[in-house]
Amino acid sequence: MTTGQHLGTVDMLLNMGPQHPSTHGVFRMILTVDGEQIQDAEAVIGYLHRGTEKLCERENYRQIVTLFDRIDYIANFNSELSFVMAAEKLMGLEIPERAQLIRVILCELNRISSHMLFYGAFGTDVGVFGTPFMYGFRERENIQQLFEAVSGARMMHSYFRVGGVAQDVPEDFVPRTRDLVETLKRGIDQCDKLLTYNEIMLERTRGVGTITKEEAIDYGLSGPTLRGSGIPEDIRATEPYLVYDRFDFEIPIGQNGDCWDRFWVRMEEMRQSIHIIEQALNMVQDGPIQTPVAKFGFVKPPVGDVYVRTESPRGDFGVYLVSDGKDRPYRVKVRTPSFCNLMALRRMLEGAYIADAVMILGSVDIVLGEVDR
Amino acid sequence: MTWSDVGWLILSVAIFIGFINFVVLALTYLERKFIGRAQGRYGPTRTGPFGLFQPIADVIKLMSKEDVLPARTDKAAFWLAPMAVFVPAFVIWVSIPFTRDIAIRNLEMGLLFIFAVSGLSIVGMIMAGWGSFNKYAMLGGARAAAQLISYEIPLIIGVLGVAMISQSLDLRVIVAEQGTWFIILQPLAFFVVFTAGLAEVGRAPFDIPFAESEVVGGPFVEYSGMHWSMFFLAEYANTFLVAVLITLLFLGGWRGIGPATGWGEDVMMAFWFFSKTMVVVLVIFWIRTALPRFRIDQVMALAWKFLIPLSFLNLLLTGFYLFYGWSDWSISLMSLAVLLSAYYAVMRRRRSQIPRPTMVKVPVRRGRVLG
Repeated sequence: MTTGQHLGTVDMLLNMGPQHPSTHGVFRMILTVDGEQIQDAEAVIGYLHRGTEKLCERENYRQIVTLFDRIDYIANFNSELSFVMAAEKLMGLEIPERAQLIRVILCELNRISSHMLFYGAFGTDVGVFGTPFMYGFRERENIQQLFEAVSGARMMHSYFRVGGVAQDVPEDFVPRTRDLVETLKRGIDQCDKLLTYNEIMLERTRGVGTITKEEAIDYGLSGPTLRGSGIPEDIRATEPYLVYDRFDFEIPIGQNGDCWDRFWVRMEEMRQSIHIIEQALNMVQDGPIQTPVAKFGFVKPPVGDVYVRTESPRGDFGVYLVSDGKDRPYRVKVRTPSFCNLMALRRMLEGAYIADAVMILGSVDIVLGEVDR
Repeated sequence: MTWSDVGWLILSVAIFIGFINFVVLALTYLERKFIGRAQGRYGPTRTGPFGLFQPIADVIKLMSKEDVLPARTDKAAFWLAPMAVFVPAFVIWVSIPFTRDIAIRNLEMGLLFIFAVSGLSIVGMIMAGWGSFNKYAMLGGARAAAQLISYEIPLIIGVLGVAMISQSLDLRVIVAEQGTWFIILQPLAFFVVFTAGLAEVGRAPFDIPFAESEVVGGPFVEYSGMHWSMFFLAEYANTFLVAVLITLLFLGGWRGIGPATGWGEDVMMAFWFFSKTMVVVLVIFWIRTALPRFRIDQVMALAWKFLIPLSFLNLLLTGFYLFYGWSDWSISLMSLAVLLSAYYAVMRRRRSQIPRPTMVKVPVRRGRVLG
């Protein structure tokens, strides 16, 4: 040992991304590594910046929905919902119950499909050769077929409108969703069996990328990343919006705040989403799906500003909307969960291995469209 | 050695290399199909019937690709590395008997030759890692060096048990000695050799040097075209080698039901040999579809703290068995017992170190968070 010490070693700067296959898009980490261990990490973002917030200032309210589709392109419905709700709150609109329930069902399905993508990507990050990826995408495909039937598009739906939804769901929506839910239940169990309690998986993910309760609050984390650290904070429960105050469900929380906990929280959230969907399906009744405002596309909120937050699959998705009384907003600011969650990455990566870096990034579940906006 | 001997040698070597190349191509097709099915897909379907010509399409693609030489590489190391990996992977096959009578040169020291030559390919990995002038390649090369050298030890010591029982390093003798397959006599050695063998050729879950999601292919990251395909051929030839060695050493080689004389005997021996090998190959593919990858420190711990002690224990057990002339069932039971208790000890340790995950769910009733 003593002979080795005076030789001295130099830390290596390892540039991971933006073309690295497992940075989940165009994200870049500058890692300072000592052998295999990470000494320091710097996140470089902005490769996918499209200026969505500025673009919103020159489009009218109905057009902006399409822009919000592209902010979180994995959970389109959830991100549409935040904007639509902000405009509705500013105008003081009351939404028909049927529209609210349709929104809840679609958003929860979208949460499942988003978490399924996370599952697949995480499986690949941990090192299984594509099997979780295909499993996750199989379930996603089922959900997307339903989305296509409802909105006409598989991903960029632009289906929600200020004051309701664009058109009524197909006639067989409720029975079809019930079938889908049964399929999803089996699919989630299968995914769970493949990866969650695998011994190598436990060994790889337990105690890695740990973030304590206090740190999680200090960094302003939200969503499953926060709940993984053991804080039962879920906007659907603590500040219910839409009709979430009518449902019974559970908030899964982790104990250690490590990668496994974040993974498990998402797996369990999928089951809770299914639980919510089942309750919502029982409540769906015939009725109007829009307020007249939405029908004629004439949206002009009064002067004022409003902040609305919803629980997107990645966490607290907030929209701050300022209106000067015209038919397009004066200013839109989006508080995206991935962006804020990413701030804790440096802390999580401290002392981890290079192999873990990929996995820790995966466990935060970032969507670059949402980080860079 | 007469001219006709030399001619025969060259001819048989050419046939064998052609055969190994064919096997490798078949393996890539098999792997795609098998993994595809395991993942709920079809695998290749578009190239020929059942996608059978997919490997040929791959070869055409690889040959027509540009061979890129990145700037500031160490040219000598960069160009020689594929050779240094490719040549040992194919030289090994000289000494491997496919049936009792079919082998290029059956060596009395066959096992020694195999492990001596297979150890050489590490040099190629390090050369590729160093020569590529790429940090990921360097990391991959360093990982390969650490991992492959570590796993040589349990592999060789595990195989020694088999060699002791059959009193020979000649693969033909080893197979001839397997009245009862050595997997029954030596389950511990089988476990050690299979695990270490997977790690030695860098198959999942030990594909750390080449991990796609971490070091982007490791030492091969800068290679393209034919030079990359040399690595690729070597990788699959090595996978096949592991399966063949497991078959020869533990699964009775070409022993099986069949006529005892005539040409039918040879055919049946080849049949049994390849069937057993294919089963092992499919298990290897299956492991790849199902298991996550280890981390480098965990892999090293597995080798030094777990497999090497186990392999020495196996050596000790086999020594006692031979010296005191114990009965066959006693050694197989003891070997199995050691294996199971080692498994139990590992699981116990793991549970005590990190408690099993406890799951907490906070109930929400109609918009109110309880608890």
